[in-house]
This record gives sequence, structure tokens and C-alpha cells, in this order.
Amino acid sequence: MMNTVWQRLDVLARMLTPSLITGGLVILSVLPLHIPSYSSVVPSFALMSVFYWSLHRPDLLPAFTVFLVGILYDILTGGPMGVQACVLLGVYWVTGLQRQFLLGKSFLVVWWAFIMIAAAAEVLQWIIMSLIFATLIIPLSALFSFLQTAALYPLFARVFIRVQSTLPQVA
Amino acid sequence: MANRQERVHKITAPLRSMAQRFMFLFLLMSAVVILLFGKADPTVFERTRVAVIDTTAPVLEILSRPVATVAAFIKEIEQLAVLRGENAILRQENARLEVWQIRAQKFEEENVRLRDLLRYVPEPPATYVAARVVANSSGAFVRSLLVNAGSQDGIANGQAAVVGGNLIGRVAEVGQTSARILLMSDLNSRIPVLVAATRARAVLAGDNSPLQRLFYLSANAQVKRGDKVITSGHGGVFPAGLSIGIVTSIDQASVRVRPYVNWDFIEEVLLVDYESEVVSSALSDRYEQPVKLVGEKPTER
Repeated sequence: MMNTVWQRLDVLARMLTPSLITGGLVILSVLPLHIPSYSSVVPSFALMSVFYWSLHRPDLLPAFTVFLVGILYDILTGGPMGVQACVLLGVYWVTGLQRQFLLGKSFLVVWWAFIMIAAAAEVLQWIIMSLIFATLIIPLSALFSFLQTAALYPLFARVFIRVQSTLPQVA
Repeated sequence: MANRQERVHKITAPLRSMAQRFMFLFLLMSAVVILLFGKADPTVFERTRVAVIDTTAPVLEILSRPVATVAAFIKEIEQLAVLRGENAILRQENARLEVWQIRAQKFEEENVRLRDLLRYVPEPPATYVAARVVANSSGAFVRSLLVNAGSQDGIANGQAAVVGGNLIGRVAEVGQTSARILLMSDLNSRIPVLVAATRARAVLAGDNSPLQRLFYLSANAQVKRGDKVITSGHGGVFPAGLSIGIVTSIDQASVRVRPYVNWDFIEEVLLVDYESEVVSSALSDRYEQPVKLVGEKPTER
């Protein structure tokens, strides 16, 4: 009896992992890392996580979590609330549409898809922000942020793959 | 049995996917609605924002400590390498500063005498709260810091945030135990300033780039590269005379200012409480006397 309770808890914890990782990465992205010029070009860790999990285990990353993570991100960075939620939900949606095509493809193809989606997300965010502030925002740091996101994805994907292999299969 | 399960699955699967789709649309709409409401009235979600920041700040604080320790360690090693050279420079600097100290003391005495002569109303004294930076929450579009001091420490909206005597921004959001500092480079930052040499007034505005722009500089104002820019104190929120940065480029379109502080390495900030109750009561005491003196003047004549 005891055993099954623990087993269930264990399964539950594993089921929650993708959501927790995504939330944790938001926290990571606001930690002061004391790296020169880093803060203005922080890669979007959460975007990588949302892309990966909605591609490989959408059952473990519900849209509601994506929404919450987006809101948390907006609040922690002090940006207008809802922007990051829109962007991440957009990523979630587009990735879901491309899922059938991408599953089983080589990593390079997936990476390429990620780069496309991340670029679209950054452009979308730039458009929303520019509309909100009613000015054309200098897009330089958004560009650097995107480049970092694109370049770091393989590294994070490796970690995600590791984590995924410990998760229970679809019931 | 298995057959029945299959049938149930056949019916529920499309329903499920429809429900999921509906949920997704609902969430997307909510995000858009939140966005529009927040745009229309930025104070709508202030309580939520503050509550979230207050709850995450302790977590951020715990997490930021090891990071800061590692950063400090690396810095220490870097410094060890240049210790000798730096020592020599510091000795020279010290000798120079000692001369300055003597001059400063003389000036201070002179200042006191001259102020007495003029019956000058002194600047209200400010109180300072030192706070630790727990999150450098700047992104590609927003520039701000989270610190671990809030309303219970006397922090209030609009207070100046200072590092090493230089302004870096102002308090923009206050929780009970945490606060957000909007850096000068943020799009929303507007600070009344003076060009120190000519006393020309302007507004320093952030535009998401490392250099800030001077706005509303009068057309005949004389500004040149290397001029110092300080807070003007207009608007009464910031103390006057806090140094900000220097003018680095002037062209047809804009005058740009480079701030003195590099905010990548900020660990602590001082929040300047310029108008707290304690201070303002002290202020009224101070104001009373000079005001009286001015009133008495005509009767003396």
C-alpha cells in the first residue's frame, strides 16, 4: 500500500516535470548572472522548453501552464502583462501544428524549425511591444536575444532529452 | 470489455481534443484581454504583480546568492592579477585625494559661512535604504531590477535608485518585501535633468539602448561632448545634483548620454528616501527658521 502511494507520488512528480522545468527556466532568466551586457540579451529559456515539450510530450505541458509561465515571465521582467503569454501560447500552437511533420525527423530539421519559430516569436513580441509603447523599439537586443536562443537550443534539448527518458510513457 | 472501452474512447477522443482547442483559444483570448486591460490602465494588475513579486523574491534571493558568490570569486581572482599595479595607482590617487580633502574642508567651511550670509535654505537631508539586487529582470524590451526591500523598509514609488553616488533609475513597483527599479535605459524612463556646465534643462529618456537621449533641450542650449548630466530635482521626486552620466554624442537627431554605472554588475543599490515623514518634519523645522527670518526682515528696516 505504502509502496503504491509513493509510486503514485513519483509518477505525479515526473508528470509535473516539464511544467516545473519551464517555470524554473523563467526564474533562471531573471537571475543576475553578472555577465557583461548579458541582461539585455538574455536568451528565452522558457521558449526552448515550451517548444521542446509541446513537440515531444504535449500531454505533460498543458496550455494552461504555458499561459501561467508567460504571465509569470511578464511580471518578473516588469513588462506589460500578457505579452509573453501571447507569444508562448503562439509558440505552443504552431509547434502543435508542426508536430506530425517534425516527430521522427533528424535533430537538424527540428533545430531549424525551432529557429524559425523562435524568430517568429521574437518578431511577434517586437511588434506587440512597439504597438504598446507606440514607438519603433530599437530591435538590436531582441536580435541578439534571438541569436542566443537559437544557438543554445541544442544544449538545452540535450538536457530535455535526458529528462524525457525518465518520464513515464503516455497512459 | 475491451470493445466497450474502445467505443468510449472513440466518443471521448474528439470531445477531448475539442475541449483542448477551446481551452487554448480561451487562454489566448485571456492573454490578449489582459494585455489590453493592462495597456488601458497599468494599475489594474498592480496588486497581482506585487503579490507575485513578493512571493518570488525570497526564492530569487536564495538563488541569486550562490551566483553572486561565484561572480565575486571570479572578480577576486581577476583582481589578484592586477593587484600590484592597482596598488601603485591607488597610492597616487590617494595622495591626490588628500590634497582634495584639504581643499574640500576649506570649501565646506566657506560654504557654511556663505550660506549663513545668504540665509540659504539647505536641501532636505535624505535617508538611504540599501537593498540587494535579487533579479536582473531585464529582457530585450524591458530594463529593470528587483531588489529585496519593500514598503516595510520605507521604499515608495518614485524614489531614486543610486549606485556609488550615481543615479541608475527609480522605484516603479513596490511590494511589501521587494521592489522593482526601472532603469534609466527603459522605454518608460523619463528623468528631469540638467547639463551641469550650462544648467540647461532637459528630460533624459531611455530608448532600450545603452545610451539615453536628452529631450526637450532648448534650441539655444549649449551642449558639448563630455558635459556632465545631473538630476535637476524638478518634479520634487529626486534629489537635485545626483550625477547621471556624460554627453557622448551630439547630432541633428539627438543628444546621447552615457550613464556612469554599468548595470550588469550591480549587487547593491541605495534607495534615496527624499520625502519620508521623518525627513519632512525635520524639513519643516529647518524651513521655519529661514522663513521667519525673511518675514522679519521688513520690520527690522
